[in-house]
Amino acid sequence: MTLVDATPDQLAEHPGWVRVCALTDLEVERGRAALLGSTQLALFLLRDGHVHAVSNLDPYSDAHVISRGIVGTRQDAPSVASPMYKQVFDLRTGICMDTQGKDARSLRVWPATVSAGDVYVRWDAGA
Amino acid sequence: MPEATPPTRHTDAGDGTTHVVVVGAGMVTHRFVESLLTRADQSWRVTVIGEEGRHPYDRVGLTGFFSGATPEDLTLERRAFDDERVRFVPGDAAVRIDRAARRVTMRSGNSVAYDRLVLATGSYAAKLAVDGFGLEGCFVYRTLDDVNRLRSFVERRSAELGRPLTGTVIGGGLLGLEAAGALQGLDIDCTVVQSSDRLMSAQLDLAGGNALSRLIQSRDIRVRTNAVTTRLDPDRTGQVAGLEFRDGSYENTDVVVFTVGVRPRDELARNAEITTHPRGGVVIDAGCQTSDPRVLAIGEVANYDGMCVGLVAPGYAMAEVAATRLLGAEAQFPGYDLSTKLKLSGVDVASFGDAFGETPGALDVVYSDPVAGVYKKLVLSDDAQTLLGGILVGDASAYGSLRPLVGSALGGDPAAYLMPEGGVAAPTGDLPDEALVCSCNSVSAGSIRSAVHDEGCTDVAAVKACTKAGAACGSCVMMVKKIVGTELQKSGATLSNALCEHFDVSRRQLFDAVRVSGLTTFSAVIERFGRGRGCDICKPALASILSTLTGTHVLDGENATLQDTNDHVMANLQKDGSYSVVPRIPGGEITPDGLLAIGQVAKDFGLYTKITGGQRIDLFGARLEQLPDVWTRLVDAGFESGHAYGKSLRTVKSCVGSTWCRYGVQDSVGMAVQLELRYRGLRSPHKIKLGVSGCARECAEARGKDVGVIATEAGWNMYVGGNGGFTPRHAVLLAEGLSDAELLTAIDRFLMYYIFTADRLQRTAPWFEDLEGGLDGLRAVIFDDSLGICADLDAAMARHIEGYEDEWKATLQDPEKLRRFASFVNAPTTPDPSLAYVAERGQVRPATAAERESPVLIAGTVLEVRR
Ligand code: SRM
Ligand SMILES: Cc1cc2nc3c(=O)[nH]c(=O)nc-3n(C[C@H](O)[C@H](O)[C@H](O)COP(=O)(O)OP(=O)(O)OC[C@H]3O[C@@H](n4cnc5c(N)ncnc54)[C@H](O)[C@@H]3O)c2cc1C
Ligand code: SF4
Ligand code: FES
Repeated sequence: MTLVDATPDQLAEHPGWVRVCALTDLEVERGRAALLGSTQLALFLLRDGHVHAVSNLDPYSDAHVISRGIVGTRQDAPSVASPMYKQVFDLRTGICMDTQGKDARSLRVWPATVSAGDVYVRWDAGA
Repeated sequence: MPEATPPTRHTDAGDGTTHVVVVGAGMVTHRFVESLLTRADQSWRVTVIGEEGRHPYDRVGLTGFFSGATPEDLTLERRAFDDERVRFVPGDAAVRIDRAARRVTMRSGNSVAYDRLVLATGSYAAKLAVDGFGLEGCFVYRTLDDVNRLRSFVERRSAELGRPLTGTVIGGGLLGLEAAGALQGLDIDCTVVQSSDRLMSAQLDLAGGNALSRLIQSRDIRVRTNAVTTRLDPDRTGQVAGLEFRDGSYENTDVVVFTVGVRPRDELARNAEITTHPRGGVVIDAGCQTSDPRVLAIGEVANYDGMCVGLVAPGYAMAEVAATRLLGAEAQFPGYDLSTKLKLSGVDVASFGDAFGETPGALDVVYSDPVAGVYKKLVLSDDAQTLLGGILVGDASAYGSLRPLVGSALGGDPAAYLMPEGGVAAPTGDLPDEALVCSCNSVSAGSIRSAVHDEGCTDVAAVKACTKAGAACGSCVMMVKKIVGTELQKSGATLSNALCEHFDVSRRQLFDAVRVSGLTTFSAVIERFGRGRGCDICKPALASILSTLTGTHVLDGENATLQDTNDHVMANLQKDGSYSVVPRIPGGEITPDGLLAIGQVAKDFGLYTKITGGQRIDLFGARLEQLPDVWTRLVDAGFESGHAYGKSLRTVKSCVGSTWCRYGVQDSVGMAVQLELRYRGLRSPHKIKLGVSGCARECAEARGKDVGVIATEAGWNMYVGGNGGFTPRHAVLLAEGLSDAELLTAIDRFLMYYIFTADRLQRTAPWFEDLEGGLDGLRAVIFDDSLGICADLDAAMARHIEGYEDEWKATLQDPEKLRRFASFVNAPTTPDPSLAYVAERGQVRPATAAERESPVLIAGTVLEVRR
């Protein structure tokens, strides 16, 4: 789940939080890729201020393109459509909501939060 | 299934109710309860006893746990168990059946009386009975608790050892491969150990098994066949550390998963002296009844015809049969369908029907391409007419369409079905009504058709909700889609024209709504005419509409967020995530200097170059962060965007014409250049292509275009509505002998009329086919202004021509727009590390998965760049 506005001391209690970029580096309802070690993440900033972090690797094409997909909603779920073969994923859980007739595959997700204008991702779960 | 006749009552309680007790709360129980209650009246009571302490969940999707699915996500529809007639006892197990007293006793000491008892206890996952099987670090793969424990162990153990783990999956069947994929996802270096000579030996022949081994190994999972495990050893802490094989070899391992098969949980029945099979399982007849008429058994625990089967589809079929029988109607379990498809990402394997050709006289048709890693086999009846079964490895795309055909005539050359994709079109919606389309939920083509015609379903989602077709493994969805499409077309009227879940109207209606309301942003439009925040269907459609009506840059303001990645970065996405770049070359005419400039750019950036079918040059393999640099160079050399990425004007193809050609009667190149410059950047419901030929020999193939222009002595002949693609059509003659000016006006109006009124992704040919009044109607609109809209159309086109600017040039001058070309937000110029290329015929191409591992790799795209 995504936390919004965690305080700096909440972050300090979790040494696993890593600062990735400034909130202003993100564009509302559009993705940006980020690189942590050799892992590619896709960050999404929604209209309500939530930031979501999912894997940039599209499990259907094996290309790192999720950050370049179209952001929207499916029912109540915030979603991103892979630009390659148009599978749609729930940004909160990474679960594929429209497999386009393929087997279900989901995106890895990481907890993400915004604190004092910066975007953090929790990275202790093992990259 | 037949409708329920008045139920046969087994109500000895005397209170008028029938009490069904179900032991086990797995997938099959869930289906049973759902099926029973949707048809049973208020006099039925159901008690479900479930050992796992959870609501039934999707065991088939268990592996999703490793890619982020929570237990809640895997939970099956709760509605059935919320019914007031159901009592669910989770976290308790049935331990004894007293058949005389018709009572089930639970571990907690509680007991419950039954009128009818249903055993749906599923299976145990077996471990291999070798020394050390119980060591810490040895797991099975069956329940949510299993995978939870596995993940915790792996996290702890790799922290403890301070390195990535090595893992072993013992058992190379369907489940073993899935488990291996899961371990790999946990960063474990993994080997699959199989005691027989091939993977998936229950489904594949030797050649298929070998092809699969190669595929699995190319995904970095090692495979050992003919390897019988004889012992597991612990390290000093008592955790598993190694395993020994019969041939004396030894391997280190930190975690072991057993997937060596399942054993039916028939102990309850055996202790109660209900007949069980010597090889395990509660023996049932075709009505799912056991040797005790009051006791039924369904799912994996049931043994029918001497077999227990670990697939959910037959279990569901049994659930339906049992529910129907309890309600007093007739139903028979039809026997097992053993078709299976592997759910491992990137590995395509399927096996269906009589895959081993055991039917007497059966013939095999085999296609094998070891280089591409493809092996396909169809098994046919002795007269080669009827499809009996098959095996598909490496490319299982035909599975969805072939499986329903088992038992029927194949129709056509069997070899055609096995060729690489694109050889022939897969069979379409002409399946017989009784053909099974969705085998997981046993839905026939006929049921899907009736869902469309009788239940009013208008899309796949509705059919899925209504029939459950496609709701389990999903491999039939494409087929379902085809049938729904065909049926909707037949009934014409019921076709829903809603754009998507966010807009109830069609593109055409939306276009009018936006035009009349004068709204200029997506947010305003969706708030007024739609709901939610849009999707990949309505956002690009609205971007196109707004572009026609407001003429702003694709990346201006909120517009930018609406664009598909191609429009968003003004280049064409390629399979590996890199892009291709196509500069405009109007009419295909290019100066030698222009050619040299493009060549130099390609060389400096290491881009693959190819002449396109549209008379221009495509440069492939540019990375996101390179696009502005590539375009700086191209713009400096005088080129502009070719819009190869947009739903917009693509090219105006030309032949050499009267300037050089001895037969040409007009300057076709000059006209093509003029047209291309006039309509460049024009956004539309789908792409638009034009062609101009200098005489009737038609070397520019103009009649294959949306607008084709052919020169005659008397002037230009104009043709409309042609295209190539999936359904090629020749353009038809709209007007003859037009002057230059008349031609431009006619094309202006034709294109704008199309843009105003066509559906999303509808090219001119199908649009024209649906157009009221046909060709004469179109002539009346364009030449006689029958709708009184010509002034609007002309004004819209004039606005476009005047407002045109090169998108790329404008982007390069705007730092704000350039920000989105950073490869990574925290490392803006670092190339995508996953890109890799090899040389072929003197240029680069993306490396295949296998090549990425091998030393022939020439580079990530980080080639020398000269500025
Ligand atoms: C590059 C090129 C092939 C080539 O190497 O020659 C090509 C490449 C693609 N075509 Fe094409 N088509 C190319 C000429 C054609 C032609 C021939 C022509 O234009 O004379 C046709 C048949 C004529 C026609 O359009 O009616 C053609 C019919 C299609 C179709 C089918 C359209 C239809 O109405 O059925 C698609 C699919 C689509 O657009 O939805 C398609 C889609 C594509 C896409 C965009 C597929 C994709 O989404 O990745 C390819 C992208 C190329 C890229 O990344 O740059 N391409 N495509 C040609 C580019 C021409 C250009 O300079 O812009
Ligand atoms: C990882 C994985 C992937 C799979 N993939 C596929 C696939 O792609 N396609 C396919 O067709 N099949 C697949 N299967 C098999 C499929 O999940 C099973 O065939 C199906 O779940 C069987 O359903 P069931 O209800 O008979 O048994 P189960 O789902 O096993 O349910 C039985 C339940 O009964 C409970 N129980 C047992 N004894 C008692 C008792 N005495 N008292 C109370 N409760 C008891 C058990 O705890 C269990 O919860 C897969 C299985 C696994 C593990
Ligand atoms: S025909 Fe067109 S779409 Fe198909 S592979 Fe060739 S370029 Fe791609
Ligand atoms: S065949 Fe599995 S969902 Fe239809």
